[in-house]
Amino acid sequence: MDLALNPRMLAKRIIPCLDVDNGRVVKGLRFLSLVDAGDPVEQADRYNREGADELVFLDITASSSRREIVMHMVRDVADRVFIPFTVGGGIRTVDDIGAILGSGADKISINTAAIATPSLITDGARRYGSQAIVVAIDARAREDAGGWEVFTHGGRQRAGLDAIDWARQAESLGAGEILLTSMDADGTRDGYDIRLTRAVSDAVRIPVIASGGAGSIDHLREAFEDGGASAVLAASIFHFGEIGIADAKRELAASGIVVRPADRVHE
Amino acid sequence: MIGIVNYGIGNLRSVEKAFHAVDSEAEVSSDEGRLAECDGLVLPGVGAFGDGMDGLRSSGLDRIVKRAAEDGRPILGLCLGMQLLFEGSDEFGAHSGLGLLRGRVRRFPDTVRVVPHTGWNSVTPARANPLFEGLDASPYFYFVHSYHVESDDDADVIGTTEYDGVVFPSICARGSLFGAQFHPEKSHTAGLRMLANFAKVVNGR
Repeated sequence: MDLALNPRMLAKRIIPCLDVDNGRVVKGLRFLSLVDAGDPVEQADRYNREGADELVFLDITASSSRREIVMHMVRDVADRVFIPFTVGGGIRTVDDIGAILGSGADKISINTAAIATPSLITDGARRYGSQAIVVAIDARAREDAGGWEVFTHGGRQRAGLDAIDWARQAESLGAGEILLTSMDADGTRDGYDIRLTRAVSDAVRIPVIASGGAGSIDHLREAFEDGGASAVLAASIFHFGEIGIADAKRELAASGIVVRPADRVHE
Repeated sequence: MIGIVNYGIGNLRSVEKAFHAVDSEAEVSSDEGRLAECDGLVLPGVGAFGDGMDGLRSSGLDRIVKRAAEDGRPILGLCLGMQLLFEGSDEFGAHSGLGLLRGRVRRFPDTVRVVPHTGWNSVTPARANPLFEGLDASPYFYFVHSYHVESDDDADVIGTTEYDGVVFPSICARGSLFGAQFHPEKSHTAGLRMLANFAKVVNGR
């Protein structure tokens, strides 16, 4: 890719998301009979080399020793992967936040706990800085088409909140970024919910990461250009190797979107 | 040996591991004696300026950093650590800094729509420096900050970055003093190369 003329602009970010269970990456294994594609450090390292700008690990471990398992993984990743990464899932207290950041993660993401205890956002931001606190919002369009409703507990429970209002509130409480997932679009591969992404991006002055629905490079472009997103998150399109991150960046750059080119270091 | 100054702030493990990844000896320490013996220092940091200076002063490590500067031992400030090298900041009230470089730290103006400045942005070198050795003409690094330096001495600014219409010093140097607003330890190959370049400056003395 010829990027001799690096534009002097903040690059749009591409963020692969890895679901982790018991310290192993699990997403994708349901469909592919790969036996051992699940080492988080190997996966992280692979994405790192392909040009991922950041990584998100979503922990779904249901075990009493969850925290130890997660901290062990975070340390392993932090010791070998030198790009920023976020860890989400099961974080309930400021101590949980401290344990994960202290193990080497750059940011944590909170969803259900932030709604149950909004002061967690403020307390976390005060102690560790806003840049470390990502508020994840799962939203679904209301049936009467009047905006979007927030869901918690992995999308199983209505939170009784409007997504735009909650995004604004999270920002004022001290969130450094919003990770916005459209539950309507998630898993469809028909593209991000651009209206939702745009509405939230316009409502806040912190970066918005679009999530849910990516099926093509064009969808990434739409989230940036039409949705106003600072970053896009995707899981399956990268896991299955359907789209390489380097290819996505090349194509996005060709259509005028500023992305970080693959590193070149000269001797 | 490069000493990574631990004054109770930020993610120091990543900085240490990044130096190890480029085969450079570095260790995190809060021990005055240990840090005083190091050939070079890294002053890391995230969070607020006032908290950072409080941490440095209450641990007495501000003296260690100043003495290293007087001795001409190389110092690299990262993110907040770079800002602390300057005279002061207006973040949550006026605070004085280490005053090793001339200038102040200011918040991005209201014309900048999205703050913090979060993500990868390019650095355009303003003058040659050993820290740039082997890097692209305008390499990308990972930034996350709401405040930036305003240098009073252009000669100290060795590279700039532009964000939403604001051009700010993203990397500064004066003699053996260096500061980067971005996080080289989180900036993949380009960042690791810059840390290796700093280690070379330290070990070449």
